[in-house]
Amino acid sequence: MREDRSPILELQDITKSFGGVEALRGVDFALSPGEIHGLVGENGAGKSTLMKIIAGVHTEFSGRFLIDGQETHFRSARDAHTAGIAMVHQELSVAPDLTVAENVFLGNQPTNRLGLVQWRRMAREAGEQLARFGIDVDPMSRLGDLPIGLQQLIEIARVLFSGARIVILDEPTSALSPPEVERLFATLRRLREEGTAIVFISHFIEDILRVSDTVTVFRNGRKVTETASAATSKGALIEAMIGRGGEALEHSYSDDLMLPRPSDSSVVLKVDQLSLARSLKDISFEARAGEVLGIYGFMGCGQQELSRILFGKLKPDGGTLAVEGKPKTFASTAAARRAGVALVPESRRAMLFHQEPVYKNISISILDRISALLLKPARERDIAQRQVEQLQIRPPVVGLDLGMLSGGNQQKVALAKWLTYPPKLLVLCEPTRGMDVGAKNDVINIVRDLRARGLAIIVLSTEPETVLSLADRILVLKRGALVREFKNEPVSKDRLLEAA
Amino acid sequence: MASSDTAPAAAQRARGLAPFLRSQMRNIAPFLTLIFLSGFFALASPSFATLDNLGNILTQVSVTGIIAVGLTFVILCAEIDLSIASIANVTGIAVAYFTLQESYVNIPNIPLPGAAAILMAILLCALLGLVNALGLTVIGIPSFIMTLAMMQIAAGISALLVRGQIAYKVPGVITTLGSGSIGGVPWIVIVAAIMLLLGHLVLTYTRFGRYVYMVGGNREAAEYSGLNVKLILGAVMVISAVCSGIGGMLGVAHFGSAQQNEFDTYLLDSIAAVVVGGTSLFGGRGGIGNTIVGLFVLGVLNNGLDHVNIDSFLKILIRGLILLAALVINVYAQRLREKAVE
Repeated sequence: MREDRSPILELQDITKSFGGVEALRGVDFALSPGEIHGLVGENGAGKSTLMKIIAGVHTEFSGRFLIDGQETHFRSARDAHTAGIAMVHQELSVAPDLTVAENVFLGNQPTNRLGLVQWRRMAREAGEQLARFGIDVDPMSRLGDLPIGLQQLIEIARVLFSGARIVILDEPTSALSPPEVERLFATLRRLREEGTAIVFISHFIEDILRVSDTVTVFRNGRKVTETASAATSKGALIEAMIGRGGEALEHSYSDDLMLPRPSDSSVVLKVDQLSLARSLKDISFEARAGEVLGIYGFMGCGQQELSRILFGKLKPDGGTLAVEGKPKTFASTAAARRAGVALVPESRRAMLFHQEPVYKNISISILDRISALLLKPARERDIAQRQVEQLQIRPPVVGLDLGMLSGGNQQKVALAKWLTYPPKLLVLCEPTRGMDVGAKNDVINIVRDLRARGLAIIVLSTEPETVLSLADRILVLKRGALVREFKNEPVSKDRLLEAA
Repeated sequence: MASSDTAPAAAQRARGLAPFLRSQMRNIAPFLTLIFLSGFFALASPSFATLDNLGNILTQVSVTGIIAVGLTFVILCAEIDLSIASIANVTGIAVAYFTLQESYVNIPNIPLPGAAAILMAILLCALLGLVNALGLTVIGIPSFIMTLAMMQIAAGISALLVRGQIAYKVPGVITTLGSGSIGGVPWIVIVAAIMLLLGHLVLTYTRFGRYVYMVGGNREAAEYSGLNVKLILGAVMVISAVCSGIGGMLGVAHFGSAQQNEFDTYLLDSIAAVVVGGTSLFGGRGGIGNTIVGLFVLGVLNNGLDHVNIDSFLKILIRGLILLAALVINVYAQRLREKAVE
């Protein structure tokens, strides 16, 4: 916005390709101090790639890269860090085994003259910093024990308070509750006043319009347009993003939506009095064939634990599970899979093999159905090819290493793993998190298709829109207990938020 | 060499040679090392590059090769087995313990028919492998510590069986396989080749092999894909122990005696062969092909140093330095590949 200031960062004619796939083509980008610059675009449009170039993660590309008007070439993320550039990645990059305080001060712990870490001071200062951000946790607790949303907030807080001149936030709000988003925006505005340049990537276009000064739209690796936020609208941005009139695609869910009458088809899953330490209390519900059961709640309400119990990754302290009437105690995830349960966790990293080709990622969960002893790679590729075409995974090359796909396409691969031999019960955690409008719609269609094929589907999400767009029946989970069931009645975002 | 790489490799080759070479660094570097070492020793000593000496090298690496087959599985899963040499030793001793010894051998042993002796020895090493497996998967002891304890336990059993004595006799078939030859080719080389081939086939063409690579590549993702990760980890520990046991039995026949601490150098040699060959210490990358190259690098190095006029005390240091260089390349190759795939 502030055109009187010269840009702190300038990129000219940037081109970057992975293998033969061009991720960026001739992109110019500039950033001024005291500017919040929003970036929008579909998955794979090149936003994250550009930011990773700025943050020194990708070091091989063509084009000019200037900082303070001087041509620079980072050789590592450390170089970028030294130049005052900090980034919060879409995927969490925290140290779960360290304490909250250690994570906040990662790399620059306060030390005394002897070089020993000043634990008490570190804990106090970490607590103060987080409190400014509205996070109230014990700085000495282990970070990995906290809910993933809180972990994300702590990571953002660390980067924002690191003193960087350029801060890049890649999808920072997707795991946050509305009040947390407000606090984040307040902090961003304060940093802008102090002269920090901020890049803000998000699929939530309202968020972009509210907080940023400038918006840049990417499509297919090109910069399509750059405009002042005040001079554009959500509809115009969506149109620029997907290149067609896309307003109808995004439903706001502010109005009441009528849930259908509860299904009376057979019960696939029956959960009775499930409890787990401090996370879950007396959870009882049923999931039926051909029904999508939504479970909504804020971050840390116990959703994650519940999904892990259903897939045999966690063992409950009490209560029972029954699949199609048969009581089950899953000794392992393999046992859950054999019983017909499938899980897509919220983190892609947790279920994909980045250094393996796409087809091996797709076939891994069904290998025992494809082959008894010897592998049948041709068959695996066929199956994967069919899934890739059906789910419109880009690029449609099953031999490509998974790591070369964009985030949204990786998410589709995570789903594709379970679709060739559909399970009886499919548990989806945050199935559309961090996805653009088009990909979200794809996922919604896939889920509806699976429902029509008679699967019982459970969707757990902290985004009301996700649950509302998918579920036939909605349970609200609050601090580990089920507090409300919506069925055969009108429901809206407001009503959900109120119940949670 | 690692055939699990060939499919994406073909796709990558189409997109330029440089990235392809970078991602294949782990396979290329050991091969270049082997060519360089062979060339060097061939120039330095006229007795090195002969057919006879090739036979020597093959025979010298056979026992290591048999042990390294199982270890390759373990390292592909990003685990380690430090008990391989001890288990080889105790299995070799056990097969002798169950064989009738000459009257001058003063060991209170239990003579059994040959087949039974072999069976008992195999059962023993499989059992020790199972203990490793249970410690790792059920109790959750890191393999490094678990197999360190097993190293001591197996050594303890060896000590109790031979009580400081030396046994010489093993069942006939073991004697033949360990020290006999057919048509000029030592049986032990044939056994090693068969076991390496078998290991390669299992890793490359079977479902279990794929699971090994996937568990090594991303254990969490394997679990979320519904694989029984503990079962696979347990299986590789047992495989490792059984391969060690077979290596130990043939080794005893090859050396002509069974005694305490006979296999001590094989721990380092086997780990070195796997790692020098380029199998990733972080799991999921590499394979038997890499191990074979690693075996040859080690074999050529050990054998070649005997052919050139060099201080025999310096040899130990040189081996250590070569191993260090291989470790540097191993870690560096992993980083290059991650960059190429990013």
